[in-house]
Amino acid sequence: MKIAVLSGKAGTGKTLLSVNLAYVAKEATYVDCDVEEPNGHLYFKGSEDAKRTTVSRKFPVIDDGKCTSCRVCVDFCRFNALAMAGETVTLFDNVCHSCGGCAILCPSGAISEEDRSIGEVSDYRVGSVRVLSGKMNTGEAFGIPIIRTLFSRIDPSDGTVVVDCPPGSSCAVMESIRDADVCVLVAEPTIFGSHNLDMVARLAKLFDKQIGVVLNKYEEGRENPSEHYCEENGLPVFEKIPFDKDLGMHHSEARIAAQEEKRYAELFSGILGKANKAASGGVS
Amino acid sequence: MKKVLILSGKGGTGKTTVAAAFISIEKARAFADCDVDAPNLHLVTARLPEPEIFDYYGMGVAVVDPDLCIGCGLCAESCRFFAISMNADSVAVVDAPACEGCGLCERLCPVGAIKTEENVAGRRMLYTITGEPNKDGVSSKGRKTVFSTAELRMGSGTTGKLVSEVKTALYDHADKDVPIAIVDGSPGIGCPVIASITGTDLVLLVAEPSVSGISDMKRIVETARFFDPQIAVCVNKADTNEGKTAEIIGFCAEENLPFLGRIPFDSHVTAATNAGSSIDRIDCPAATAIRSIYNRVREMVLEYPSAAEDK
Repeated sequence: MKIAVLSGKAGTGKTLLSVNLAYVAKEATYVDCDVEEPNGHLYFKGSEDAKRTTVSRKFPVIDDGKCTSCRVCVDFCRFNALAMAGETVTLFDNVCHSCGGCAILCPSGAISEEDRSIGEVSDYRVGSVRVLSGKMNTGEAFGIPIIRTLFSRIDPSDGTVVVDCPPGSSCAVMESIRDADVCVLVAEPTIFGSHNLDMVARLAKLFDKQIGVVLNKYEEGRENPSEHYCEENGLPVFEKIPFDKDLGMHHSEARIAAQEEKRYAELFSGILGKANKAASGGVS
Repeated sequence: MKKVLILSGKGGTGKTTVAAAFISIEKARAFADCDVDAPNLHLVTARLPEPEIFDYYGMGVAVVDPDLCIGCGLCAESCRFFAISMNADSVAVVDAPACEGCGLCERLCPVGAIKTEENVAGRRMLYTITGEPNKDGVSSKGRKTVFSTAELRMGSGTTGKLVSEVKTALYDHADKDVPIAIVDGSPGIGCPVIASITGTDLVLLVAEPSVSGISDMKRIVETARFFDPQIAVCVNKADTNEGKTAEIIGFCAEENLPFLGRIPFDSHVTAATNAGSSIDRIDCPAATAIRSIYNRVREMVLEYPSAAEDK
């Protein structure tokens, strides 16, 4: 089973839920797709000894000797990554999408491509949990190839797959939820939380996924716009994680709460059970 | 016009809370929300008029005419984004969300069966407030206030381009004598963040005192340094983990980053947010701290020579 943990807004508790779900699932693969700001490896300690693989993408290299300044590449590039500077073509690599078109279309064979590292994937085990974590180099703009590499490494025989998605509802998120059996949406009790819950719930529905919501930082008796949203839109609530200083401190210190205290292990096992049920088509 | 950008690397550290308070304290006449994946600033900006709305066109999306397709498969082979596959009838099929609109398939198709069509990938909003100032301090002295924001359509790419359009609209429409523009950024360190940093005078990082928060802060500092703005740091919810707050202050000292202050955990913040209000309008410890941080931001950015004009 593959669980995608997501939230429109960042900082609502995706990593909290993801690492704890993977921990209580025992036989599990935890996949950290937040390649811009990965944090899962801080909880599953031991990444220093991980097997690392560099992820590259292709960038054009222009041979000025062969370039005839015909502008075919410059006119083709819809991302404006190539420009004429006098007689020569200059690359703005930050906006290059690596489509490869310029190299294919150049009539004088002046453009080749070279692989350049944009980040890496770490693969290691902590107990019975396999950890796959992606990390984009700082200064890079696009992390999607790293997410694709992460997904290519998943082996269903490694048990429950828990995908810790990037924030937002962008292309990187879609890439992360494409193959999920169930989407667990984490929401915090503010109008920011409910506004962004709406965005990501619509995204999950667009992909026709089973959905469950986990209300984080829940306080009994306090106004909770995300809870209202679930009621109004008929979204099942898997669990309410209470606003709890002890839980907050475990998480702040990068400890897996379910490993530290039995009450948290029970809390997250309950959520895992509901996610399993939803994934197998049952109504929660 | 000096440009102050609020970033954090990690999400949920309080960027929008801080940005909304800064806007209110400055009585800012130019501000923007560059978190186009999950914009929230409009929710805590009081009494906005109806905005002007503009469609945002992404890079386009490949569309196949199945009647013309001869099934040669050249497009599918050449697509680096795995956005085209051949179906059982040997007809090219586009996975629209995966298509980045590079146009290579259109160019290579030997029978002209593919067109890259314009796609609306989001919408951009421009709020212009004129007239007397309202009591929430959104407008000031009857002059023009401009708020630029946008919302990316779900699952669309090219966020950087939309961020650039939001900034351009802000700078083009704001009065030239506006001293400081305040921009709320997005989480992460990638495309939209980079697009928001270019041309910014000062980046204020709102850090969270946790192991994750510190790891993320270091990565956004590295990223921001590619662009050479002034960089300053404050800590939100500082008292939730004093040890980690001390670590952040130590890091700032080592890295020569001005540390502008600590904001305490304050339950008024959630209440103010849910009332659609800036925390600055409530007398509470978080508001006092943010005011003091803003005074230092103001001093720093006004003393410093301007960044190159953003274009």
